[in-house]
Amino acid sequence: MSNHPSSPAPVASKGFYPLTQKSFPGQPTGWWNIFNLRIMGRLLALVLIFTFFALAVEGGSFYQPRNLESLLRQSAVYATASLGMTMIIIAGGIDLSIGSVIALTAVVVAWVLNLHQTASEPNWPQKIGSWIFHSPFLLPWLAALAGLTVATLAGLVNGFLCVGLRIVPFVVTLGTMMIYRGFAKIIAQEKPIYPQEVGWLGALLDPTLTAPTPQRWMLLPPGVWLMLFAAVLAAIMLRYTRLGRHIYAVGSNAETARLCGVRVGRTKLIVYTLGGFFGGLAGLMEFSWIGGTGIPTTASGYELSIIAAVVIGGGSLSGGEGTILGSLIGALIITVLSMGGQQMGWPRPVQEMVIGSILIGAVALDYWQRRWRLKE
Amino acid sequence: MAEDARLQMQDVHKRFGATWALRGVNLSVQPGEVHALVGENGAGKSTLMKVLSGAVLPDRGQIWLDGQPFVPGSPLHARQSGIAMIYQELSLAPHLSVMENILLGIEPHWGPWVLWKKMRQQAAAALAQLEIADIPLDKPVRELSVAQQQLVEIARAMAMDCRVLILDEPTSSLTQQEVPKLFALIRRLRDSGHSIIYISHFLEEVQQISDRFTVLRDGQTVGTGQTCQTSIDQIVAMMVGRQIRELYPRSHRQPGEVLLDIQGLSGPGKPQDVSLQLRRGEVLGIAGLVGAGRTELLRTIFGLAPVRAGKIRIGLWSGPAGPPQRWRQAVGYLSEDRKQEGLALSLSLADNITLPRLERLGVGFFVWPVRQAAAALPWIQKIPIQCQSPWQPVSTLSGGNQQKVALARLLHADVDVLLLDEPTRGIDVGSKAQIYQLIDELVTGNPGQGRRPKSVLMVSSSLPELLGLCDRIGVMCRGRLVEVRPAGEWTEHELMLAATGPADPHSTSVPSS
Repeated sequence: MSNHPSSPAPVASKGFYPLTQKSFPGQPTGWWNIFNLRIMGRLLALVLIFTFFALAVEGGSFYQPRNLESLLRQSAVYATASLGMTMIIIAGGIDLSIGSVIALTAVVVAWVLNLHQTASEPNWPQKIGSWIFHSPFLLPWLAALAGLTVATLAGLVNGFLCVGLRIVPFVVTLGTMMIYRGFAKIIAQEKPIYPQEVGWLGALLDPTLTAPTPQRWMLLPPGVWLMLFAAVLAAIMLRYTRLGRHIYAVGSNAETARLCGVRVGRTKLIVYTLGGFFGGLAGLMEFSWIGGTGIPTTASGYELSIIAAVVIGGGSLSGGEGTILGSLIGALIITVLSMGGQQMGWPRPVQEMVIGSILIGAVALDYWQRRWRLKE
Repeated sequence: MAEDARLQMQDVHKRFGATWALRGVNLSVQPGEVHALVGENGAGKSTLMKVLSGAVLPDRGQIWLDGQPFVPGSPLHARQSGIAMIYQELSLAPHLSVMENILLGIEPHWGPWVLWKKMRQQAAAALAQLEIADIPLDKPVRELSVAQQQLVEIARAMAMDCRVLILDEPTSSLTQQEVPKLFALIRRLRDSGHSIIYISHFLEEVQQISDRFTVLRDGQTVGTGQTCQTSIDQIVAMMVGRQIRELYPRSHRQPGEVLLDIQGLSGPGKPQDVSLQLRRGEVLGIAGLVGAGRTELLRTIFGLAPVRAGKIRIGLWSGPAGPPQRWRQAVGYLSEDRKQEGLALSLSLADNITLPRLERLGVGFFVWPVRQAAAALPWIQKIPIQCQSPWQPVSTLSGGNQQKVALARLLHADVDVLLLDEPTRGIDVGSKAQIYQLIDELVTGNPGQGRRPKSVLMVSSSLPELLGLCDRIGVMCRGRLVEVRPAGEWTEHELMLAATGPADPHSTSVPSS
């Protein structure tokens, strides 16, 4: 009994912080965490890549306001979709169907907007037809709502298949990628839908600052504002809510989460549903980006760019890691690369190869930096 | 020792970090002999076998194989030298056919092409050597029974011309009818001149099958002899004969009301028909061998494994419940496998500790990181956990500190019933002592904290730990709770006897399942 350590052993040894201070290194709150090493490294990479193109593109046209604005407009679709993808990847999953969800949303939006014409036909139920006909200003809202609902349902189905039927997310979303694309093609009857009136939906990603329009006061296109707003909400959700902490726990170790009373299945279901919802938002922007048309073959291959954006931003495909800010930077890096490559006159294959190398480089750097820090 | 030994090991040492897993092991196995290797959990048997099979290099000591100095450098080298190891979990490629499995890695070939005809002949020859006729060569291995899979694995060893065959708990997954068949096969192999090392917890089996035995304790050889001249009692005495080195705190405890009441609890496999009561302010220990169903019992109570029959009453509620309900009923579970299940290693200490109870750390569904740290800190200081910051990933901590993080989770959730599964496995002595101290403070009710006494249901493979810390100890064997007695009425010897088999230690019956 006598030689048993009855009082707590002293914690302090060299290099150990006294445990009385108020804040600690790595605390996920406050500005000092936002600018941590991993985020700073990625910002630096973005700045370096941007500087490279700014110097290399002839006549300095790369850093013209017009070009900067179109950079943001171009990145908005990837960035918005990457919000949901970040959550899914943090939770240890993957969503290959996101490109198809974006296309499906765009097609549904166009289809609903097109009702303005079909609704005037006599075989439509009288009441609904006249309602739509007489209040055309409602139609864009209805279309947006329909598009978001369909996308959210698509995400819910993904989640249900993964959780309820216990199929691997990769296989589930590979399948639904084809299924949702098929839906989009059926709704559009395999040809683009050109609605006559698109309302504000068509102007989501229109240039504002550089255009001679009265919308200059907005500074940024409404779609970019929408993306930023959604990003802030998503970041707060991940960092400051119970659901957010549960998402990290499920991705880091699902067994531990289950043991700690987290409802793992429900968390995953919510995450995939949110992924669908953000895919729907991205779909609205894509609809505007391609000029207010519903093209069923649009956004194919987006899923890989979006996943790449999350991974470049620090997301780990084995789960438990990733941040919204990182993914946004990742989306920007990819857009800068493809735009810069285009303006340099690089052939498309070269652009793709460069993005691929950056992806591998980012992950490798992350890994080696962490090992190096562990050795310290 | 005899010059003609097939395998001879002398003074083998192996150190992992600061702990010696092997501290001077001597082992001598003759050709045509079944040699049993026995010892408690953690006595060093598995490390010794890893040395033999080439998975681990020894730090010191000599090994001779058929008189030649021999250091297995890799598993492949050991296999090529004629040492075959058959693990408890079989290591077959489930989708490949029987003959492909038997000749895996040594397929007869001509350049890059596999000679299927020759392969069939060689595989058939290997099975014929074992006098096995009922295993079709073309069947995928996953369609075979466990016993048949085991035979395939032994046939693989034969195909490699093995001289020393090591069997690790070979009967643990077999049914009652299959064991005699396996024993007959082992005897045939022995008679044809093979050396067999037989590892088992079940001493009646050892008595039945082996010619000689070696006992390991704390990484050392403590005895060897002829099995037929030694009683099970004597072997047990060698296995446990050690002094208690650690000191266990034991304050005055006062058992209160019943917190956990289990009646006839059965799962799909284990546990079977277990009844026990746990009172406030007591530590109830569960002893038993690995695989006796102790972990399954705790998991069933906690709702991580299904209940087949019986009742678990906590407070007034005796209906079905999963982990979320259990946490709300103030029941917490510490997993035995902290890497796979116990901790989210890439997350921080604060996240890991506060995960089961995030509710009070913010308004509504919000969680403030500052409060997470503030909630985790008192426990980090109290236990104490050596760390730089509550926000550092758990993966950067040492094993002992990781275990303390897992334990701190139960303290943060302020549970009344602590289900602890091997709370001190694989951690250093200093951390062990701190955990013992903590458990004692919890059940006596720490006056400084103004908290009520808790109750602890603890599974451990360390008998001194159970005897030193618990108020009552129950023993599990093959899924059943054999006996519960106050700790003072048990000795290590009796615990070991109760855990290794039926009440009558001298019966030579085949273990019942």
